[in-house]
Amino acid sequence: MKFTLSWLKDHLETDATLAEIVERLTSIGLEVEHVDDKAALKPFVIAKVLTAEKHPDADKLRVLTVDIGNGGAPVQVVCGAPNARAGLIGAFAAPGTYVPGIDVTLSVGKIRGVESHGMMCSERELEISDEHNGIIDLPADAPVGTSFAAYAHLDDPVIEINLTPNRPDATGVHGIARDLAASGLGTLKTAPIESVPGKGACPVEVIIEAPELCHTFALRLVRGVKNGPSPKWMQQRLIAIGLRPINALVDMTNYITFDRGRPLHVFDAKKVAGNLVVRRAKAGEEVLALDGRTYRLTPAMCIIADDNGVESIAGVMGGEHSGCDETTTDVLIEAAVWEPLNIARTGRSLGIVTDARYRNERGIDPAFNRPGIELATRMVMELCGGQPSEVFTAGRTEIKRKVVSFPLAEVKRLTGLDVPRAESLDILKRLGFEPKDDGKAVVDVTVPSWRPDVDGKADLVEEVMRIHGVDEIHPRPLAGHDAVNGKILTTLQVRSRAAKRALAVRGMMEAVTWSFIPARHAELFGGGQPALKLANPIAADMSDMRPSLLPGLIAAAQRNADRGYGDVALFEVSGTYESDTPKGQRRVAAGVRRGTAGLTGAGRHWDGNAAPVGVFDAKADAIAALEACGAPVDRLQIEPGAPDWYHPGRSGLIKLGPKVVLGHFGEFHPKTLEALDVAGPLCGFEVYVDAIPEPKAKPTKTKPRLDLSAFQAVKRDFAFVVDRTVEAGALSKAAAAADRKLVTGVNVFDVFQGAALGPDKKSIAIEVSIQPLERTLTDEDFEALAKKIVDNVAKQTGGVLRA
Amino acid sequence: MDTGTLESSILADIAASGDEAAIEAVRVAALGKKGSVSELLKTLGAMTPEQRQTQGPAINGLKTRVTEALAARKTELKDAAITARLAAETVDVTLPVRASPAERGRIHPISQVIDEITAIFGDLGFAIAEGPDIETDYYNFTALNFPEGHPAREMHDTFFFQPDETGERKVLRTHTSPVQIRTMEASSPPIRIVIPGKTYRQDSDATHSPMFHQVEGLVVDRTANVANMKWVLEEFCKAFFEVSQVKMRFRPSFFPFTEPSLEVDIQCDRSRPGEVRFGEGSDWMEILGCGMVHPNVLRAGGLDPDEYQGFAWGMGIDRIAMLKYGMPDLRPFFDADVRWLAHYGFRPLDMPTLFGGLSS
Repeated sequence: MKFTLSWLKDHLETDATLAEIVERLTSIGLEVEHVDDKAALKPFVIAKVLTAEKHPDADKLRVLTVDIGNGGAPVQVVCGAPNARAGLIGAFAAPGTYVPGIDVTLSVGKIRGVESHGMMCSERELEISDEHNGIIDLPADAPVGTSFAAYAHLDDPVIEINLTPNRPDATGVHGIARDLAASGLGTLKTAPIESVPGKGACPVEVIIEAPELCHTFALRLVRGVKNGPSPKWMQQRLIAIGLRPINALVDMTNYITFDRGRPLHVFDAKKVAGNLVVRRAKAGEEVLALDGRTYRLTPAMCIIADDNGVESIAGVMGGEHSGCDETTTDVLIEAAVWEPLNIARTGRSLGIVTDARYRNERGIDPAFNRPGIELATRMVMELCGGQPSEVFTAGRTEIKRKVVSFPLAEVKRLTGLDVPRAESLDILKRLGFEPKDDGKAVVDVTVPSWRPDVDGKADLVEEVMRIHGVDEIHPRPLAGHDAVNGKILTTLQVRSRAAKRALAVRGMMEAVTWSFIPARHAELFGGGQPALKLANPIAADMSDMRPSLLPGLIAAAQRNADRGYGDVALFEVSGTYESDTPKGQRRVAAGVRRGTAGLTGAGRHWDGNAAPVGVFDAKADAIAALEACGAPVDRLQIEPGAPDWYHPGRSGLIKLGPKVVLGHFGEFHPKTLEALDVAGPLCGFEVYVDAIPEPKAKPTKTKPRLDLSAFQAVKRDFAFVVDRTVEAGALSKAAAAADRKLVTGVNVFDVFQGAALGPDKKSIAIEVSIQPLERTLTDEDFEALAKKIVDNVAKQTGGVLRA
Repeated sequence: MDTGTLESSILADIAASGDEAAIEAVRVAALGKKGSVSELLKTLGAMTPEQRQTQGPAINGLKTRVTEALAARKTELKDAAITARLAAETVDVTLPVRASPAERGRIHPISQVIDEITAIFGDLGFAIAEGPDIETDYYNFTALNFPEGHPAREMHDTFFFQPDETGERKVLRTHTSPVQIRTMEASSPPIRIVIPGKTYRQDSDATHSPMFHQVEGLVVDRTANVANMKWVLEEFCKAFFEVSQVKMRFRPSFFPFTEPSLEVDIQCDRSRPGEVRFGEGSDWMEILGCGMVHPNVLRAGGLDPDEYQGFAWGMGIDRIAMLKYGMPDLRPFFDADVRWLAHYGFRPLDMPTLFGGLSS
């Protein structure tokens, strides 16, 4: 919402400065977004050309002497304008002046050897218009030495407020002035509107077939008008707020739209056939609107039609066919009240943003419908003459006013402000509310017709608060808590946080990637179901809620590689989506490593180059993340059978018991990489933070008792030949299970396949840690233990001790 | 050979021996079973007591001196060998070592700032609440007092899913406010929560992203009012921006879910390029929206607005991260460019705490 200072002062008697007005507007909730105080035009003064001689050295230039009205000697100016002549009165800029139209700050200069002490300006140079055929040529009575901007009424500051959607009353200068006056910044002085008596009935009638969309409709004919340009003062105000003057009839509607927040429409009566019908559009019906575009309408939209068809999209935009132009002699003025929500929907679905929609969708004052058409009639007659008919009114005319029960103590309860009762009531009165003050604690307050946003007592608290002054509310500490804070994070929050720090400590960088990914990426990773597809994605490749963090991370790794950073380790701890329900949103920690970005570092190094990343890098990351989350890592089962997007032979599933899948890891399937259009080496993992069981609540934080054996621990090596399909994990488990007391650890230190072993065999060498508990073990003890280990490995895996 | 000559000869041999083996050879030649000194010692038995009196100490003295000389030479050679070995083992210590993983890893600014927010509000007795990204229209709008078809909904540029068989279409939450309702439904006052999380709007430029992060706060009890809200937000801004004072401007505004509603500007100095200083300067920058929880929202949460009251606020996590740490553009937050992450990210062990300072 834009307006000028002088326009505001039509409605508000005030001595306040521009700065005070601006500050007050913001502090009462009409946030000033921009102020153009027109200071840029201040340095330009009206000056008179005394003499104009041809430049001695240039045919097209003249050397002027100019009286700038400061009582001093005339100044010499070199000028190239064809209309520069002795006696011309124009706008002069002295050296030091910034000229906006040419983006230059003037200085004294020599033009072809002749000094020039300033500039006589064109309208374009002042950014008033595009006129640049010559310098500004003012009437002979223009006062030399005074401000050009003031003379030309170009010094009127423009204020733009960022209006919240709840305030239809402030879509007009009058309403803004009312708010300012209520806040004590002046007196409202809007001139009363007098009715214009009409002669004869309006020959065009209105039939409302869709009363649910049109509350009331007033129509009036003015015959014999002479349409032409609107007066200069009106044009200047419209230009100042960014509107293009068209003709007096159209400008008048725009003027009242901004002056009163009351949109109007004018039809050229000669182009209207029969009566006007307000109805829902028929499916597929079209209209060529005033913006020159054809809109296809639906029955959800309200239109105004005559015998020719659709003439206007109700409350949003008029039709081209019946618009007014210079040939209009009879004009029909429309003032109607539309259903705001329908206006909003219609405007939105057609993509039309107009000043009419802006107001109608907020809900205009129904009590101002009749005054609005009277004001418009008067203005049409003033600008274009003519003879008005009587007003034809269709629809509802009664105005329902809301009454809110207002306990005055609510102001204190909700804001902490101590506003005296009388002041609260007075504020409401100044805003147009009508409190029925019978001295009781709860007052019935009648809400003005222009405030559809006020429904309840909290709304009235806001009115009192914003006018009394938000700055009067002094911060007061929240009631303290009288104990040390307990833990405030949930287990899932603690785990997410721990997983992030743990993965970062492993040299990975945390990425935040999009929750929505391309459909084909989602499909590759088990997603793509219809319920998780956006109906209106912002881009085609951001269409599906991700089923996995991996595609986003893999794509991110590739983007880095494309920039020349091929060795990257990225992770993310965030949501994935299995369904559109809250439970379907999982909390996942995932990571990828690319190139040689292993745990110890990437790339070449004098002490040994980093190897390409692989399945075991991902496995270590996955287990580290699970460990950080408090998963029981000693009980994790690693099995083959990771999802399809992994390399089937170089990936694993992490399980806890037979049912709970905690995650998976591995290198990726070449077809996955091809489909994602990325290249490796690449590995990754994904663990389900939300699948880790809650830790058991324990009565104390005491750790289990620690028993340290006094006897020296020893290590023994074994090498077994097993079938190639035997898993090292199973062999280790069998060795450990041979004697759960003495064996404290099994470490695989060598895996070997060779022709000597046979094609289907491999050797696995383990180091078994043994901790004697009661006495130092004898050779016989060791032999017995070794036999138990060999026997159990043979039993569980078929492994044979290597000779 | 007299003992003097023999001694000179042996000591010369000791001095000339260059390694362990040579020394051993000299020892055997002198002190071995058939060594020259041993042979001399054997002659003592055949001597007269008088001869033995003079020769005894001379020969034994010789043995002692040879033994000592051998030991001394041995030590000397060992030291020389160590010195030589150490010299041979010398490396160029300026050769680079690999950076530790903890040095290379990074925490994303969004996670770090959420931890900072958590530290501050945890101190004020708030808990952290979360909710789903995919929401129903009810939780995202209706329960938050957005009437069906109201223009305020349009301001949200909502992402929708396809309607299901009942015609209901889920949305990507446009704000974290649905968690207000979910929390009120699941617990009872007093409520003090902050809700960090992902939010989505169909909007994209340097300061808008279709996915972004918000933090919402909610206090509901029997007394919480605008004055308390001002205090909480001022304390938060001071603590978060780590300045001793801030000046904030509360302006009346409009949000469907609060009444009265306010927008908050923070005074700052933006005269230095790429840097915003709070607590000084003369610019105002909008930083958050807040207000008293609308009676309809309390009702939707199952609370009686005449019994309970409270306030709520919301602000952009990405935005306050940008303001505090000087990132000029929002888009790289979601691009995972390792150069950006290395520069703007945080080291994994930089954990924000109030006792150690939020940032180092």
